[in-house]
Amino acid sequence: MFQVRIHGRGGQGVVTAAELLSVAAFQDELFAQAFPSFGSERTGAPVVAFCRISKLQIRSREPVMEPDALIIQDSTLLQSVDVFAGAAPDAFILINSTKSFNELGLEEFFENRQSERSLIVPASEIALRHVGRPLPNAALLGAFAAITELVTLDSVLNAIEERFPAKIAEANADAAREAHEFVLAGRKVAEHASTN
Amino acid sequence: MLRQIEGSRAVAETVAACRPAVVCAYPISPQTHIVEALDEIVRLGELGTCQFVNVESEFSAMSVAIGASATGARVYTATASQGLLFMVEPLYNASGLGLPIVMTVANRAIGAPINIWNDHSDSMSQRDSGWIQLYAQDNQTASDLHILAFRIAEEVSLPVMVCMDGFVLTHAVERIDLPEQSEVDQFLPPYTPRQLLDPSDPMSIGAMVGPEAFTEVRYLGHAKQVQALELIPDLAEDFVKLFGRRAGGEHDLDGLVTSYQVDDAEIILVALGSVIGTIKDVVDEMRELGTKVGVLGITSFRPFPLDSVRTSVMHAKKVIVVERAFAPGIGGIVSSNVRTALRDTSIKISTAVAGLGGRPVTIKSIRGVVVQAIDDTLPELTFVDLDVELINRELERNRQQRRSGPMAENLLRDVGSR
Repeated sequence: MFQVRIHGRGGQGVVTAAELLSVAAFQDELFAQAFPSFGSERTGAPVVAFCRISKLQIRSREPVMEPDALIIQDSTLLQSVDVFAGAAPDAFILINSTKSFNELGLEEFFENRQSERSLIVPASEIALRHVGRPLPNAALLGAFAAITELVTLDSVLNAIEERFPAKIAEANADAAREAHEFVLAGRKVAEHASTN
Repeated sequence: MLRQIEGSRAVAETVAACRPAVVCAYPISPQTHIVEALDEIVRLGELGTCQFVNVESEFSAMSVAIGASATGARVYTATASQGLLFMVEPLYNASGLGLPIVMTVANRAIGAPINIWNDHSDSMSQRDSGWIQLYAQDNQTASDLHILAFRIAEEVSLPVMVCMDGFVLTHAVERIDLPEQSEVDQFLPPYTPRQLLDPSDPMSIGAMVGPEAFTEVRYLGHAKQVQALELIPDLAEDFVKLFGRRAGGEHDLDGLVTSYQVDDAEIILVALGSVIGTIKDVVDEMRELGTKVGVLGITSFRPFPLDSVRTSVMHAKKVIVVERAFAPGIGGIVSSNVRTALRDTSIKISTAVAGLGGRPVTIKSIRGVVVQAIDDTLPELTFVDLDVELINRELERNRQQRRSGPMAENLLRDVGSR
């Protein structure tokens, strides 16, 4: 079982992101369970959503407390919410930001973590370019597919197309593709650096 | 057809496949997604002449349901929490008049203090209303139980509540095998009412009944529940034959209860609703370590399956009833029913009240309760994960000063100051 926790703010599509991820996993013939953290929904308030993915049927209904992957849609949450709570040392971590780990004050935290599993993606900027609004969820899911290889990019794109009207879906799919490419390109640079 | 969809959507589409003639509802969290989806389905004309009646309150929702049902229409509504309480008076009329309305209760706590999250206080408060009550373990079950509910309701002429955990199930997106229309049509024949308000053949329904026959009318209500108890296992078998899966869920025994690793278990947990899934994971984990533990799920809480419960857990040494509601002043609600089933046995029965007002029921908490049972330290009544320090601070405040202030506000302030 692979457990994902998504942190963001009301209005950023946190719950939708968890749902889309579960649909992508379903397309890849996996079992998946997505659910929100059931708060009163207010724009801007911290929101959490969860997604479990497994080859077997998922029975547990407890919130995800020990995530295998974290998606942080809004880096301003780092100051107010313990977003890393329960995350294993080898957990995948995706943060939406244009800043570096250093600038986010996370250098120490990420010192002992596997660098290929922790990544900052400028998802809001990518979304602005394609969707015209800073809604980072589709881009982050594209990046998630690249970094975890748990679901395929195609399934993420299918899930997006299924969920939104054609025009919005297309823009979001482009954002997902670009973020996916961003992760792969970053990996190539890292590999190149390590071989030299 | 297999789909990855939200529980509420699955229920709405399944209810639509049952071809209701009238859907009436007043929105309340966490039921809203169900009725919004049904409103949309009706508006798109997918249900032919079906009427969606947007009423001004839950009292009206049940009143419209009663009126429509009395004219021979198949009727559906849904509510939760304070909404269910607001319709209590007509709720008793629906069962007393024998009208086969099907209603989803998206289980949510009752205030005060106001709380929108999940527990079973709402539907449990109506356990003696004369309605049949079925509890869903997951969203496949929630969806399938609605088909079964219409069939049971119309066969015995009683209304049925399908209870599904608010948010935990209603807002969860998972893989669901949605029934084909042709299968539902085969399982659920058109409704033939026992009584009918018809202008061309006028009659009245709802006479005042005095001491000369009131007991007998009430007795017949009970007899219909007993009839349902015998009918549900048969209908559950019909359901399997047609749909290829059990309406009560994967480990359904007879439509009334579900049984997981119970046969050789020394400790058996008894529960209702979505917490059963979490408990199954605990059972697997503890069995690997050699603890003989199992879980009995109750699908039909009204009528209560005394025989199925007794037969299933007779051999156990200890029974722990995990309850998502309780009766202040005495304790467990489900427990007292389980005790009736296990009368004249030496089985030790404990009540573990868990997950009130949306507090997550975790694997760790359940495991802790089972370990306590093994060690013989589990009290007869326990509140799982109770924050004792928080309670003691308020009790101390009560001792210190007469005007100690509002309890809920005091506790929130204490939580915030940690």
